[in-house]
Amino acid sequence: MNPRLVVLWTVGLLVALALPHAVASNAWLNFWINTLMFAALGIAWNVLGGYGGQSSFGHAVFFGTGAYGTAVLQIKLGVPALLAAPAAIGLGALVGLFIGGVSFRYGLRGSYFALVTLAFAEVFRILVSSFAFTGAGFGMLIPLDQRPINLQFPSRFAFYYAALALVGIGLAASAMIERSRFGAYLVAIRENEEAAKALGIDVFRIKLGAIVLSAALAAAVGVFYAQYLLFVDAGSAFGPAISVEALLGPIVGGAGTMLGPLLGAIALHGLGEAAKAAMGPQPGLNLILQGLLLILMLRFLPEGLIGAIRRWRGHA
Amino acid sequence: MSKRPLATRRHVLAAGTAAAALMGFPALLGAQARTVKIGVLHPVTGGLSYSGIQGRHGAQIAIDEINAAGGLKGLGGAKIEPVLADAPSGPAGVAEVAKLNEAGVVAIQGPFASGIALPTTQEAARFGIPFLVDVGVVDQIVQRGLTNTFRFGPGFGKITGGALDNLAAINDAAGKPAKTVFLVHEDGAFGGGMAKLMATELPKRGFEVVGTEAHPTPHRDFTNIVLKIKSANPDLVIPSNYLNEFVLFARTLRQQRVNPKAVYAVLGGGASNIKFVKEHNADAQHIMDVNHWFDPRKPQSQAFQRAVEAKGVDLTYEVMLNHACMHVLAEAIDRAGSTDRAKVTAALAASTFDRHIMPYGPTKFVNGQNEGAQAVNTQIVGQRIEVIFPRAFASAQPVFPVPPKS
Amino acid sequence: MGELGIVVPAVLAGLTTGAIYALVALGLTLIYGVLHIINFAHGSLLMLALYAAFFLKTLWGIDPYAAVFVLGPAFFALGYVLQRGVIWPASHGQDSMILMVTLGLSIVIDNLALALWTSSTRTVDLPYAFAVIDLKLALIPLPRAVAFVAALAAAGLLWLFLARTDLGRAIRAVAKERLGAQLVGIDVRHVYAMCFGLGTACVAVAACLLLPTFYVTPQVGHAFVLVAFTTVVLGGMGSMEGALIGGLVLGVVETLCGLFLGESLGQIGIFAIFILILLFRPTGLFGGKSA
Repeated sequence: MNPRLVVLWTVGLLVALALPHAVASNAWLNFWINTLMFAALGIAWNVLGGYGGQSSFGHAVFFGTGAYGTAVLQIKLGVPALLAAPAAIGLGALVGLFIGGVSFRYGLRGSYFALVTLAFAEVFRILVSSFAFTGAGFGMLIPLDQRPINLQFPSRFAFYYAALALVGIGLAASAMIERSRFGAYLVAIRENEEAAKALGIDVFRIKLGAIVLSAALAAAVGVFYAQYLLFVDAGSAFGPAISVEALLGPIVGGAGTMLGPLLGAIALHGLGEAAKAAMGPQPGLNLILQGLLLILMLRFLPEGLIGAIRRWRGHA
Repeated sequence: MSKRPLATRRHVLAAGTAAAALMGFPALLGAQARTVKIGVLHPVTGGLSYSGIQGRHGAQIAIDEINAAGGLKGLGGAKIEPVLADAPSGPAGVAEVAKLNEAGVVAIQGPFASGIALPTTQEAARFGIPFLVDVGVVDQIVQRGLTNTFRFGPGFGKITGGALDNLAAINDAAGKPAKTVFLVHEDGAFGGGMAKLMATELPKRGFEVVGTEAHPTPHRDFTNIVLKIKSANPDLVIPSNYLNEFVLFARTLRQQRVNPKAVYAVLGGGASNIKFVKEHNADAQHIMDVNHWFDPRKPQSQAFQRAVEAKGVDLTYEVMLNHACMHVLAEAIDRAGSTDRAKVTAALAASTFDRHIMPYGPTKFVNGQNEGAQAVNTQIVGQRIEVIFPRAFASAQPVFPVPPKS
Repeated sequence: MGELGIVVPAVLAGLTTGAIYALVALGLTLIYGVLHIINFAHGSLLMLALYAAFFLKTLWGIDPYAAVFVLGPAFFALGYVLQRGVIWPASHGQDSMILMVTLGLSIVIDNLALALWTSSTRTVDLPYAFAVIDLKLALIPLPRAVAFVAALAAAGLLWLFLARTDLGRAIRAVAKERLGAQLVGIDVRHVYAMCFGLGTACVAVAACLLLPTFYVTPQVGHAFVLVAFTTVVLGGMGSMEGALIGGLVLGVVETLCGLFLGESLGQIGIFAIFILILLFRPTGLFGGKSA
């Protein structure tokens, strides 16, 4: 790593660590927790959709598996959250293995793959809202018991640093992908699957590896979500809104780049807050502005924020 | 995660709170004579926006009344200033609660849905903000030991119990023509919980449940359910669902020529909605409903009805409950004579307020639940929604069994 | 339970529901088949058309069935302008970005409706809404029978249009081979916009036929989007007869699953079919080559 980058990363890390203390405000803190949480989800999506070019439209299925996994293990089986969390992440990875296994085995790509993930997310949403074991229509309420073994903390700052850690893990995974042979294969598959196959790359296994990693990361975000709100229901865990949230950040920020999903999430959530402040409490106006801004961003920054920054630096 | 940084965080948080108290509070005290801020939190965008916006209207009407009548006398005539917030989902609601906290609200009311009430009340508890839940019928809301959380309306345990008692009374008075029941409910928190309770309670009161059908929200087609009802041929149909589904269901009943002795809704979305009555009068005729509803005889009710009409707002239970909630909050703040959240919480807990439009008698919170709260029975007769139970303030006699439709 | 006796009326009801799915999917399959994109704004445009039909009825007394002839052309123009003026320039012609643009559009349209018309549920009360055709075994509500016939007619007309007209041939050429079509002098941007316009016009027709038995709220479109995608995939993208038969099949599947699994769990039937078709026959029942 060149020294300039080391300095940049160190500064970035220090800023991130100090950020919640910059303003003594819980709204500020919550904003960053939400933003980082969805940034981590975007980073998870980016592993498969960005580097691998397999755009998923149903990342809620992994997120929801993580959220429901930890909740069900705690409430129905009495497993402490500290153990339920890794189990739920493992469960998410397994769901990834299954969905990836069947869809890649049958060669689904492009919009077909997107639609099949969307359908799986819906199937999971319907299943968890149909059985008493998963709380049926009510959802799952994790009892309030603020001890570290329950992954519940009296201070919001703990959640901020947990979300930051999730982003950090995701970025580290992305960095490893960018530097590894696995990552090189993955990008080769994105660029031209036939050529990659001809070069002797085991396309199926590489894609499977990417979806399992992506699913595990997304499930970790789901676990965080459940521990943060202590309440999950089918619509908010497996609903299309989460799937959209997962891909919106990376695409706005720059898919297939390490920092794109993070920047995208910050930009989108920042714009969301700005739109709220600008439009007042009249229902819907802020979302109209947000939708317009999204379209304008796509119109004028087609390569995402990262692409725009690179182009700007190229010109400078 | 290790323990040490946590302790530090807690320390920093404490320091932050102290600093906020030092810097923020004098400003609040200075502003006290002029306005008192109350958070009005509802889902005004997304799938629940109809109910959320209705709730917001109710709160606003009450605030206008209070301010026009000279504001909060216990605070030198301070006016109430609503801080409006949108909570289309749990996480969004939690973020809004923190913002309301910083806006300096003394209390929060809302947020209509149980799924939003659960996380938002918990978040408000972190800041010690008293939270008055308007609707949210899921009983866990007030069973978690949160001292800041109060619910003004009845929970579904109470609603169902009352509904079945009244049903039995109506049936007995008519000579017990109804013996069999078919339950239709939405598959979410409230419909599912309701149906479960009723399935165990109905047999105890001499009714036989001949069928139970759940459906999702939104649901596109009720033909299946109505065909099953047709083939089971029950005396009574009991639906529990939201407005759109209720409208589709009622219309499908008519299309398929199904005429039970009564449609007895329990929190049926459309059965107490005047718009449904006006727009689909034939479908709506004689539908009974057990729902949150106001007492039209109370002196406050006339002014309320005029204000609702002047605003062009549909007369629905969301408006009523939020109107009443705001008056309950205002009176508690008034009596506390302070904008201190702990004092307001204590004042709420001790509330005996009864000058609101709901048929509840004096307010009495036990573990946060208003024990006086109860649902009422309504029936659609002609162009009107009449109260048929409790008899103490009923405006009409129940029409049961309903006359066959042409 | 006496469920066998209600299978026949349930299946008939499923067919009429499926006709509506087919109508919504006809527009989508044109867009999906030619532009190869997931049009997220489809449900929002359906919602917009339902509002348009509602206001035509309540403000000017125009019957929803007559409104077909007003809203069809109007929504064709709207779709054409949206594709030409917003979607194409903002997406730079890239598939993954078209998806995001249509997502942005749907957010704008949904919330515009919320801001303008509130989220109040709106319905129209028509004299014929409760007229039924009595088949002895089943009662078919008249508006649903009308929608069924209209779906058949619309699919037939679109099929004829694609098979027999120059523009139809151009559309099929672009769908198969975009570059090749460009090389032989077809104005691809125009064809895209025509497709989007036609697809949007189909949605308007669907809205007019749906309104007599349904309701309008700003969120109403969401209830139909996923089903429409399933219909398109089942029928094979770009195939009119596929969309028609796919819609009818799904209507029946949904009804039967609802009948035997309950309405909540029964929703799973549609998605199970969706997944199975995607895995084992991604070209759909009537589709050509896979993408």
